[in-house]
Amino acid sequence: MTNTSPATKADTSKLETESRNATKAQLAEFWYYFSQNKGAVVGLVVFALLVLTAIFAPLLAPHDPDFQYRDSFLVPPFWEEGGKAAFLLGTDAVGRDILSRLIFGARLSLLVGVMVVTIALTGGIVVGVVAGYMRGAVDTFIMRIMDIILAFPSLLLALVLVAILGPGLINAMIAIAIVLQPHFVRLTRAAVLTERSRDYVVAAKVAGAGHMRLMFKTILPNCLAPLIVQATLSFSNAILDAAALGFLGMGAQPPTPEWGTMLAEAREFILRAWWVVTFPGLAILITVLAINLVGDGLRDALDPKLKRS
Amino acid sequence: MSDDVILKVRDVYRTYDIKGGMFKKASRLTAVKGVSLDVERGSTLAVVGESGCGKSTLARMLTMIDAQTSGTIEIDGLPIDISKTGISKEMRQKVQIVFQNPYGSLNPRQKIGHVLEEPLLLNTDMPAAERRDLALQMLEKVGLQPEHYGRYPHMFSGGQRQRIAIARAIMMKPKLLVLDEPVSALDLSVQAQILNLLADLQEEMNLTYVFISHDLSVVRYIADKVMVMYFGEVVEYGTRDEVFDNPQHDYTKTLFAATPRADVDSIRKRLAARAA
Repeated sequence: MTNTSPATKADTSKLETESRNATKAQLAEFWYYFSQNKGAVVGLVVFALLVLTAIFAPLLAPHDPDFQYRDSFLVPPFWEEGGKAAFLLGTDAVGRDILSRLIFGARLSLLVGVMVVTIALTGGIVVGVVAGYMRGAVDTFIMRIMDIILAFPSLLLALVLVAILGPGLINAMIAIAIVLQPHFVRLTRAAVLTERSRDYVVAAKVAGAGHMRLMFKTILPNCLAPLIVQATLSFSNAILDAAALGFLGMGAQPPTPEWGTMLAEAREFILRAWWVVTFPGLAILITVLAINLVGDGLRDALDPKLKRS
Repeated sequence: MSDDVILKVRDVYRTYDIKGGMFKKASRLTAVKGVSLDVERGSTLAVVGESGCGKSTLARMLTMIDAQTSGTIEIDGLPIDISKTGISKEMRQKVQIVFQNPYGSLNPRQKIGHVLEEPLLLNTDMPAAERRDLALQMLEKVGLQPEHYGRYPHMFSGGQRQRIAIARAIMMKPKLLVLDEPVSALDLSVQAQILNLLADLQEEMNLTYVFISHDLSVVRYIADKVMVMYFGEVVEYGTRDEVFDNPQHDYTKTLFAATPRADVDSIRKRLAARAA
């Protein structure tokens, strides 16, 4: 309609740079708010180290995690009397190197976190968006089911589910995901409820957007901030729950070097050999703490209520 | 005159059922009571009235966001009754809306280019390159720069955002544009810019406006015809000069009297009245 088309090939690249700059500016702003929280940065560093440890476990671990050194049962850490330099954090009751087991256990813990959060998040988002967008009977039906799941103590429900599905790490992950899911559903629904009546949603509707597009393309991206925070906090929760299930003998089965299972195996040696329980416990504590700190930082960076401007 | 009527509304009602609770009986609220109007192609109808008088409900029916309870709406010869027939792409291309609050009407996670391209993406089979050309042309037309294409809404001022909202509304080249208090959230100098932009666009694209407002000075500037609503009913309907020079209904008179006056004479008079 106009003769001058501003989109000549020459400034196409300029437009793309501009577009990239806008994306970069958003990331920079995010990082600014995140890095204001020193604890979060520390948590992120610890978490990054943990991920690296998990990835390079075969290279880092001094021993095979399942190999039993028959001549060294319950060897104390190297700085204690009777400790050996070969076993830095000592060995357990059947002569396996604790450090190696912890390093390999990091893989399992991260796997549990990732899997559980992925399952719970995807399920929670889909169900929550549908409930919040549809309202009415669908909403009531979904939310009552979620209320029922929430009414049970989470670990107890996970135990029951594992008892039904059978013990094992995979089943434990599924059980924990089901237990954590209602939190995501509620959060998503609440966010969708506030967003769906906003003008931009109506505008997209007037422009001709269908239900699917409105739900997942228009509304959902604006609801992600609280979900990301909840996902990080659930990540640590999942690790903790998986360890608890392992400790109760319902999670990973021996000889898997899972931290909770290691604790369970070491239970009878608590008084005689403190290191067999202390180090797996510390590993769980540090991991969960680091992830929670990151979650706090994310909340600072993403929650509009805590932002200036 | 009757040939070139683009918007024909006859006896439209909109009622809302209010659900009863334990201590409250169910009741029915009629937001719009029997509104009839005609708008000619290329002209501007201003709808004036206080908050809650049904202006925005009328706008939502005209833009097919809500269905009317009874009555007929006809846009460019096309009967609109979305509760019975649903919305076709053809209907969608006839009418678009610009909202009051430019801070709420743009998706915060969507870049401006995508905001403008969305209507084209949804309603046409245009290839991406062509869509982008059109979006860039439109940016220029509403007084923005091509480099704004890739930016997010929060990087813009209120006036710029309203320009974007207008650009989005006219991307599909609608015949009718419903403007729901498009300038009341903007400061005065920006208001004038946006009103001038709207006037230019109207001339260029032969657009028809339904302009909802409670600011009488704005209405006087932009309207050809004025309709005054009061509690869902039309109490005054006529050309701008008729309504402003010779208001018939009591409410209209009160409304005009309530407009603050800032000319020197009236200020002197007020001071004199205070001194006495």
